[in-house]
Amino acid sequence: CRASGDGKSEKFQPPPKPVIIDKQKQRAERRFLSPEFIPPRGRTDPLKYYMERKDMIQRRKVFNIPEFYVGHVLAVTTADPYANNKSNRFVGICIQRGGKGLGATFVLRNVIEDQGVEICYELYSPRIQAIEVLKLEKRLDDNLMYLRDALPEYSTFDVNMKPVSRLDHEEVPVNELQVRMKPKPWSKRWERPKYNIKGIKFELPESKMKEAQKWSQPWLEFDMLREYDTSKIEEKIWKEVNEGLKK
Amino acid sequence: LSTTGACRAIQKLTRVRVVDNSALGNTPYHRPPKCIHVYNKTGVGKVGDKILLAIKGEKKKALIVGHKMPGPTMTPRFDSNNVVLIEDNGNPVGTRIKTPIPYILRQREGEFSKVLAIARNFV
Repeated sequence: CRASGDGKSEKFQPPPKPVIIDKQKQRAERRFLSPEFIPPRGRTDPLKYYMERKDMIQRRKVFNIPEFYVGHVLAVTTADPYANNKSNRFVGICIQRGGKGLGATFVLRNVIEDQGVEICYELYSPRIQAIEVLKLEKRLDDNLMYLRDALPEYSTFDVNMKPVSRLDHEEVPVNELQVRMKPKPWSKRWERPKYNIKGIKFELPESKMKEAQKWSQPWLEFDMLREYDTSKIEEKIWKEVNEGLKK
Repeated sequence: LSTTGACRAIQKLTRVRVVDNSALGNTPYHRPPKCIHVYNKTGVGKVGDKILLAIKGEKKKALIVGHKMPGPTMTPRFDSNNVVLIEDNGNPVGTRIKTPIPYILRQREGEFSKVLAIARNFV
């Protein structure tokens, strides 16, 4: 009951109506088609890829494979007959996504007790019980294999990390981290233009960087035979996958 | 002139890293421990194979617990070739293994039960 104040002029203010974010609409605006759906360039019968896609859609209906890019920190639980509780949880940063169709794989890397461990998981394997995205962030490159030659602090992730909550359903943040490397020799010569890496802070002398540019092949981007335009194929597959998932 | 590519699994003359807390494995020596024989039909050692190591001028058997070569999918690949020192009867020399060990070794629980008992982390 109100002791002071005007009871009549102050009308009852209803609470603000909840804003319903239509997630389906938002997701449709921000189309993400997993890269393993896009068939590689070649002369194989498209029927093979169609059948694989049907199986992939079937699997996705039963088990949710979240959207993730290279650079995300994931936690994967797999069924393991030799582990306690029959299941095995591994947390790591995704350094590479490879393979097409049902054989699509992704490699997770983590440093546990000063020992770097990498595990290559198959996305559509029935052994996988859960995939959680712990941290969403894209990196400057598609392939983070150079983390093997980087200082171990860049690959260490806490095993009991809590999932970082995502506010924006629109964009995936890009982390422009420049990684510092261990002294040379590295497993690959990452300074060479063939790898086109933007995420390393090269502390090499200018002469070495110039020498690495000798191996650049600037004609490659204009080579017409290497062009593979996937926009139309992606449109078709996008429709197909969406219809399949809705049923 | 043809050269073979890097093997990356463990064979003769590979330098390995001893992972348990035994005295032999952890005291510094001017030469790294090297593999001199692999107890396998092929000379290539994978996880779970026994090898002969030359450490500090002595011969010692060891068990491979992880290598740099990528194996079957869903199995871990380590950044260094890890090895646990072992006696002839299979008893481990050290008392604790800090580095992570793959779960696949549990398949051969009979031979490696004592090694698995001293392991702390599994991957």
